[in-house]
Amino acid sequence: MSLASASLDHASHRDGVINADALRADARRESRGMFALLSPGLFLVFAVIIVPIGWLFWLSLFDESGQLSAANYARFFDQASYIKTFVTTFKVAFTVTGACVLLGYPLAYMLSQLPRRAASICLIFVILPFWTSVLVRTYAWLVILQRKGLVNTWLMDLGVISQPLPLANNFAGVVIGMTHIMLPFLVLPLYASMKTIDADCLRAGMNLGASPAATFRQIFFPLSLPGLASGLVIVFVLCLGFFVTPALMGGGKVIMWAMRMEQTTSLYSNWGAGAALGVVLLAVTLALLGLFHWLLGTRATGVWSER
Amino acid sequence: MTKRLCIHGLAIAGLLASATVPASAADTITVASWGGTYQEAQTKAFFDPTAKELGITIKQDTTNGLDDVRLQVTGNAVKWDITELGADECARGSKEGLFEKLDYNVIDKTGINPKLVHDDWVGISYTSVVLIYRTDVFGDKGPKTWADFWDVQKFPGRRALSGSQATETLSVAALAKGIPIDKVYPVDIDGALQSVDKVKGHIDAWWTSGAQAMQLVKDGEVDMASIWNGRAGTLKKSGAPVSFSFDQGVLTADCMVIPKGSKNKDLAMKALAKFVSPDLQANLPLYVDNGPANEKAFETGKIPPERIKDINSSPENVKKQVLQDPAFWRDTLVEATEKFNNLIQQ
Repeated sequence: MSLASASLDHASHRDGVINADALRADARRESRGMFALLSPGLFLVFAVIIVPIGWLFWLSLFDESGQLSAANYARFFDQASYIKTFVTTFKVAFTVTGACVLLGYPLAYMLSQLPRRAASICLIFVILPFWTSVLVRTYAWLVILQRKGLVNTWLMDLGVISQPLPLANNFAGVVIGMTHIMLPFLVLPLYASMKTIDADCLRAGMNLGASPAATFRQIFFPLSLPGLASGLVIVFVLCLGFFVTPALMGGGKVIMWAMRMEQTTSLYSNWGAGAALGVVLLAVTLALLGLFHWLLGTRATGVWSER
Repeated sequence: MTKRLCIHGLAIAGLLASATVPASAADTITVASWGGTYQEAQTKAFFDPTAKELGITIKQDTTNGLDDVRLQVTGNAVKWDITELGADECARGSKEGLFEKLDYNVIDKTGINPKLVHDDWVGISYTSVVLIYRTDVFGDKGPKTWADFWDVQKFPGRRALSGSQATETLSVAALAKGIPIDKVYPVDIDGALQSVDKVKGHIDAWWTSGAQAMQLVKDGEVDMASIWNGRAGTLKKSGAPVSFSFDQGVLTADCMVIPKGSKNKDLAMKALAKFVSPDLQANLPLYVDNGPANEKAFETGKIPPERIKDINSSPENVKKQVLQDPAFWRDTLVEATEKFNNLIQQ
C-alpha cells in the first residue's frame, strides 16, 4: 500500500528539490513500511538463530558445578587432542574444497558449453546423488575403497599393485568420500554463474585477436569468479561441520570437530563443554567468511553480492 | 474375550474413580532402549510378557544414552518411565541426580551382582568385549589373549580396537600387560595408557560403533579386533570365518533407571521388577547373545544347557572375564577419556 502511494507521490513531485522535506518524510514512511513488512522475518531470525546462539554462548561459560568459568575453553589448550582435532578439521576442509574446485570447475565449464538439452541431462547426474542418503553413499565408498574393496581387488588382479592401497579408514578415504558429497554444492552455483556470462564478451575478445586460452584466462575466468567463490565458501563451511563421512571413512583416526562435539556432549555432565566447541566453530567460521570477503572483494564473494 | 472385558471394566472403573486423570495414561509406560535386534529381543523377553502380566501397555522408544536422559530431566520434559543405559552411565547419572530412587521392596534384587544394585539403578544385562580374529588368516592359531593381540611380531596383521569406549580399551590394555583378571580393577590408568601406546602404531582403525567393528572384521579390513560379543556372535552365525572366546573378555553391564520426574513411577517400578525377575531374565538369551544380569535365570531351567555355554554371563563364563566396575569409571571416566583421546590422536 505504502509502495503504491509512494510511487504516485514521486510522480507528482518530479521537480523534487523544492519538496525535499516532503520527499524525505515520504522516504522515511516508506522505509518504515518496509520494516513492518520485514519484521515477521526478522523476528523469526531473532527467535530461531540469534536467541539460541546467544544461549549456546551463555551455556559455554559455566563449568560442571554451575559456576561461571572459562574451564570449557581452557580445556582446548590443556588437552592436546582438541587442537589436533581442530587442525584436522581445517586440513580436511581445505583439501576437500581444493579437490572440489579441481574436479568441479572443468565439469561446470563443460556443462555451461553444452547445448541446453545435453546440459540438463548431465546436470541430472550431478544432482542425482543428492537424492541418496549420505550414509548410503559413504558405505558405498567403503565397499569400493577398503582393503578388499573393488578398487584394490581390481588393481591387484591386474597386477598393477602387489599390496592393497590404504584408501579407507584414513585421511584419503575421508577426502574422497567428502569430495563426492560436496561436489554438487560447488558445481551448481558455478554452473549458474557461468551460464550468465555473455558469449558476446568472449567473441569480442577473440575478434580483437586474443587466443582462446587468453580469452578464457582474461574474460571467462574472471567473470566466473563470483560463482566459484560462492561455491567454494558453501563447500568449505559445510566441510567444517561434517560428521557422517569422517566418522565412517576415517577409521577413528580422522576426528573432526563435529565428532568431537558429539563425544564431549555425552562425556561431560554440563552442556557448556559441548557448547564451547560450537561457539569456537561458529566464531572461526565467521572469521574465515570475513577473511574471504576481504581477500576476494565484495564482487567475488557471491554469497553476499549476487544481487 | 474375558480379558478384553476385564480391561474395559478396569478402564471404566478408572474413569469413575478420577475424572481428571485419563485412564490410558495410568496404564501406559514408555521404555527406551538401544534399538535394533537387542531391543527386539528385549521386547520378546521382557516387555511383551510384562505388559501381559500387568495388563498395561508398554510403549517403546530408542535412546542414545545418558545425554538423552540428561536433556529430558534438566529440561523438565521426561518422556520415558524406564530407560536402559550403560552401567558407567548409570553411575554417572546417579551422581548427577538424574534418576528416581528404586524401591527394593517391589524389585527383588536376589541373584543380581551387588555391584549392579544401587539406590537408583539396577543391572539388566551383560555385554562382553571379546577378542575376535579371522580364521582365514590365522587358522585356529590366532591371538587368544590380549598379550597376543599386542604381540605384533608373533601375530602380524591388521588390528582394530574401540576408539569410542575408552573404558573397554583401557581394560584390555591392562590385561595385555599381563595383569590377572581379578586385579584389573581398579585400573592403573597411566599404566594402561602406556600399554595402549605400545600397540597404537599398529592399529589400523579405532572403531566408534558396534556396527563399524563388525564391518571391519566382516570385510577383512582388519584381521583381529576387540568387539562386542553380540556382534561377534552375529558374524559367526552369518558364516564369516571368525573365532572368538570369552577368555579375558571384559564383562560390561547395562542397567535400567527411572528418569527423575517420570509420570508413571510406581507402574514403572512394577515393570522393572518384572524385567529383572529370573523368569523373564531367562528369556533374554533365547533371543540375543547378551546375557542376563540375574544369575538366578540360569536356575529356571528355561535356558537349554547347550545354550548356557555360549552366554557371557553364565557362571562358567563369568569366571573367565573381567567385570567392569561402574563406580570406578564414574569418578575417572572424564580424565581417562581425555588422556586416551590425546594418546590415540597424536
